[in-house]
Amino acid sequence: MSIIGKALPHESAQGHVTGEALYTDDLCGRFPNLLHAWPVMSPHAHARLEEIDVTPALDEPGVVATLTESDAPGEADSGPNRHDEPLFPKEVLHHLQPVAWVLGETLEAARLGAGRVRAHYSELPAILTIEDAIAAESFHSGPFRLKRGDASAALNTSSVNIEGELFINGQEHFYLETQSAIAWLDESGGIRAHSSTQHPSETQEIIARALALPKSRVTVDCLRMGGAFGGKETQANAWAAIAALGAWKTKRPVRVRLPRALDMALTGKRHPMLMRFAAAFDNSGLLQGLQLHVYSDGGWSLDLSEPVLWRSMFHADNAYLLRAADITGYVCKTHKTSQTAFRGFGGPQGMLVIEEILDRAARKLMLPPEVVRERNFYREGDTTHYGQPVKDASRIARIWKELKASSSFDARRAAVDRFNAGHPHEKRGIAITTVKFGISFTATFFNQGGALVMIYRDGSVQVNHGGTEMGQGLFTKIRQIAAASLGVPLETVRMMPTSTEKIPNTSATAASAGTDLNGAAVVDACAQLQARLRPVAAELLNCTPENVRFEEGAVSSGGQKISFARLIDAAYRKRVALFAQGFYSTPEIHYDPQTGQGRPFYYFAYCAAVTEVEVDGFTGDARVLRVDILQDAGDSVSPLIDQGQMEGGYVQGLGWLTIEELLWDGRGRLATGGASTYKLPAWSELPEQFHVNFLTRAAEPGVVFGSKAVGEPPLMLAISAREAIRDAVAAFGSSEEVRLEIPATPERIYWAIQRVRKAPRSVVEPVGASQE
Amino acid sequence: MGAVQWKKMALRLNGKSIPFEGWPLHTTLLDYLRETGLTGSKEGCAEGECGACTVLLVGPSESGSRYVPVNSCLILLALLDGQEVYTVEALAENGVPCEAQQAMIQFGGSQCGYCTPGFVVSMFAEQYRPGRVGACDPHALSGNLCRCTGYRPIRDAALSLGPAPEGKWTRRLLEPAPAAAGVATLAEFFALRQANPRAKVIAGGTDVVVECNLKGKRFPALINVGAIGELRSVEETNAQVEIGAALTLSEIERTWRNAPVVFAEWFQLFASPLIRNRATLGGNLATASPIGDAAPLLLAFDAQLRLVSARGERVVALDTFFTGYRQTVLAEDELIASVILPKPFPEHIRFFKAAKRRLDDISTVAAAIAMNLDQRGRANQVRIAYGGVAAVPLRARAAEARLEGRHWEQGMREAVQELERTLSPLSDHRGSAEYRLAMAENFLAKFWHEMEIPA
Repeated sequence: MSIIGKALPHESAQGHVTGEALYTDDLCGRFPNLLHAWPVMSPHAHARLEEIDVTPALDEPGVVATLTESDAPGEADSGPNRHDEPLFPKEVLHHLQPVAWVLGETLEAARLGAGRVRAHYSELPAILTIEDAIAAESFHSGPFRLKRGDASAALNTSSVNIEGELFINGQEHFYLETQSAIAWLDESGGIRAHSSTQHPSETQEIIARALALPKSRVTVDCLRMGGAFGGKETQANAWAAIAALGAWKTKRPVRVRLPRALDMALTGKRHPMLMRFAAAFDNSGLLQGLQLHVYSDGGWSLDLSEPVLWRSMFHADNAYLLRAADITGYVCKTHKTSQTAFRGFGGPQGMLVIEEILDRAARKLMLPPEVVRERNFYREGDTTHYGQPVKDASRIARIWKELKASSSFDARRAAVDRFNAGHPHEKRGIAITTVKFGISFTATFFNQGGALVMIYRDGSVQVNHGGTEMGQGLFTKIRQIAAASLGVPLETVRMMPTSTEKIPNTSATAASAGTDLNGAAVVDACAQLQARLRPVAAELLNCTPENVRFEEGAVSSGGQKISFARLIDAAYRKRVALFAQGFYSTPEIHYDPQTGQGRPFYYFAYCAAVTEVEVDGFTGDARVLRVDILQDAGDSVSPLIDQGQMEGGYVQGLGWLTIEELLWDGRGRLATGGASTYKLPAWSELPEQFHVNFLTRAAEPGVVFGSKAVGEPPLMLAISAREAIRDAVAAFGSSEEVRLEIPATPERIYWAIQRVRKAPRSVVEPVGASQE
Repeated sequence: MGAVQWKKMALRLNGKSIPFEGWPLHTTLLDYLRETGLTGSKEGCAEGECGACTVLLVGPSESGSRYVPVNSCLILLALLDGQEVYTVEALAENGVPCEAQQAMIQFGGSQCGYCTPGFVVSMFAEQYRPGRVGACDPHALSGNLCRCTGYRPIRDAALSLGPAPEGKWTRRLLEPAPAAAGVATLAEFFALRQANPRAKVIAGGTDVVVECNLKGKRFPALINVGAIGELRSVEETNAQVEIGAALTLSEIERTWRNAPVVFAEWFQLFASPLIRNRATLGGNLATASPIGDAAPLLLAFDAQLRLVSARGERVVALDTFFTGYRQTVLAEDELIASVILPKPFPEHIRFFKAAKRRLDDISTVAAAIAMNLDQRGRANQVRIAYGGVAAVPLRARAAEARLEGRHWEQGMREAVQELERTLSPLSDHRGSAEYRLAMAENFLAKFWHEMEIPA
């Protein structure tokens, strides 16, 4: 059986379970004379730093040095595009923003030293909400616009209009491993850093910028990350740069690790967004036109907020045909953390708003929401509102139909109604939703991958590529791809930690594209190697090169067979190069932000989920009873890995939409800034029944081994949980509209129930009637 | 040993005796492990929420010992003299993973791997739990957070594990556990207390060490009262049950076999197993948080506290113990020795908790409601107690009076009015004042709705 498509545990699983797998901060013990860094932080969300005197920090025993602007030989700014993130700001733009750093022999010394620094601030008014930013016209960017047809004409002529707004809260990544970096001067005049980063090449760039060094003198390594989810795509850079500046100044290794409280206070999150919409429907529930204003809360700096906003605007169609659309987007500038990439990258917010609109329309038309959703699906031949043909559009309906059948949706809908009729204080709800997610970086130039495959004389193989491992299983898949492509057993292939020294100018591991890009580059490298090896093998096996077979470490033709290792040694002696660089760039994609037209995505990933919940009418407490997922993962390279992405993505989305609540107080302080106040899904949120299946006959031509990306799409399947909760809430009364805030915490669900209970009983729904 | 000053100490770590001294007093076991090269245990939150730092202590059981999984971020090194600790690094033997490790690999229970050592350690402890029958209880893992998997494969890994395999780990359980570290007798405590008036009293440390880790709180000295013999038993007579204040919640759960069923519900909602393995009843009351989960239930039992000092002892009603936000009647030199629950216990008693997350969260509102029903269906001995609705945990006496001697449904409306009049909840990030009040009221209705009255 081929190694491709085999259900294998994570490549580092043994290291994970034994504790032997190393993460950046586990390396501290390998650096004698390591210094620890702690920031001097602003007590204000917005202020001018009038004066700062760091010298008192040096009075603290154990403090070795301080870091301020004058210690940076280059430009101390971690802004990836706009250079708007000074590491030593004169104007403070969010609460607890670092203004200087203290380096100590111990973390305790650095922390106490930072406490001694004297800083004088003039507080300035802070903008803390999207509404305030709109009122003050405080924008980083925008307006951006996507337009098709005449949406306002549709609104003027349609029979049913839905107008309103939806506030979508953000989400903390809460990768279990917080941001960390260790930097030191290497042995040959360069500087080197271990960083927990999704984007080593950009971390390298920010260090080079701060030190005014050519990138060739900076090396960044990433062993693996303890989770990232987008939170280390750009936001790892600043900490690595501080460590590098410290190492440059002191000539000692410097460690920066943010404890959880600082990580939450200092790093960006999923963008909160405010959606203002007007949508036109005909009487059958067919969407005729959509006007949408998307306001994202970018926080204090631009970061990746523009492409995140674009993806929200692209994905405001989700799986539905927008006949006429006028979508405008702004990135608001507020005095909060700088919001950043997070699994889904704006897509989830775009999808939420269209699902909200369809639900409101369905209730207004007194149609089941799933019927209205289905009626609006894209069909073969349709194009999106940005002009891209919807490839495989019929899969949306196919997945929907297969999932409804396999989850017994109709029978369970009836069972839910029966349960609700007999239970006045507990109500169940069920919903099905679907996802269409575009795969590729929308910035076309990022869509490239690189690899370096090296075969040693004994036949053992090292694989390097530009991707990083954050738990998503990229290295597991790449290892399978390399082993299959070379025809060697898995054990022959060693995956090397990511290093800018091996692959230069890499793209971030993001956009669900890690395997598509880097896997294809590895295939390219392996194909080159095989092409060089074939003539050598043919000579040894007395056959023609095209008849040589590479399989499981053996090289054969007809009945003749030699080991891969023997072939390699022979090739070496014949002076054949046993290493190759591979490269891949995604074909056919293009996008013009000026016209809002193009083909930004190479393909779409499709999936759908059915969720059933039970809600307690006394408390608003919701419990997920059962989840069914059907995922189009193409021909999965690694089914156990992909299943993990599907289940984990769903639960992470469930957390975002239910119990994870980001709250900032009136002074811009994060009120839910730790594990005891910001609640991740825990054991109690695991769905009692969890069924996950792959769509069959789904090979994706043109993608590595026919597979499809699976990292992000399942997160958005949790929208089905939100809609199921809404369905349950609706059963407590009768209402034309069931407003449910995000996140739907027990309190918010409780108030939604109260609104429904008090609603005038103008429309009597049999679901809500109590028999007791 | 009072841990007041550093002296030569040692712990048995992964089977080897390791002397240690000279570490700063706020050094946690996790810091110590990582700084001495055992980096398998991870720091995810430093406040006992995520479990990535889980290690095993060896504690006593009826048949010898048990493996007690705990958050190493909430245990101060100084309190571990003579204790036996195992970390994730010790669980594989000669490179062969233990069964919990193998199951986690096989089921795809690790993705990023950062939380995995903690899960493995909790799962290992559950597999080796003395007296366990059937499959491992996945709830034993509820103090461990995972951000990647969504928990399904970890649940299946736990459910796949059978009896603990015979070997060095089962043999170790037949041997006695090391004697607990800390002050052994009340007399010793009184003397230490007098000599060290500025020392911080600590037992499980699940609150004190959070203050150290997150707020930079530092103490000149510590007095570990967790091992004081007089504070560590459950005594039952016809008139009362007296629970030692230094027993951990897990120990109470195990030793008080015929506890009313409400305690089983309460333990689950109180905290994760990792916290329950360290947190003491005395600590939860002495810290006097208005949202601590111990007070409401104990108030509904009409509990009393036995307070002791060198000057003597006194018994106070729990209802009068809390005097203000984080303030109590406890004098500087006094210690909570025990919690006394007078008998007979209420016939009907429930504990409710509103929180964002159903397990392992801090209460927005906690309530305990108790009553007896007479033959005509009237409520009497009504006790309603809350946390999270005022600066202190409290009994809602006015509301109780409206229900006393009446049919519950008849008295409900007036009781609710009394709650609205007498409770003064605040709005914060856990919940609005309006929601807290609504929950305080709704729990009365939920109590009645869910009550099973024998026919």
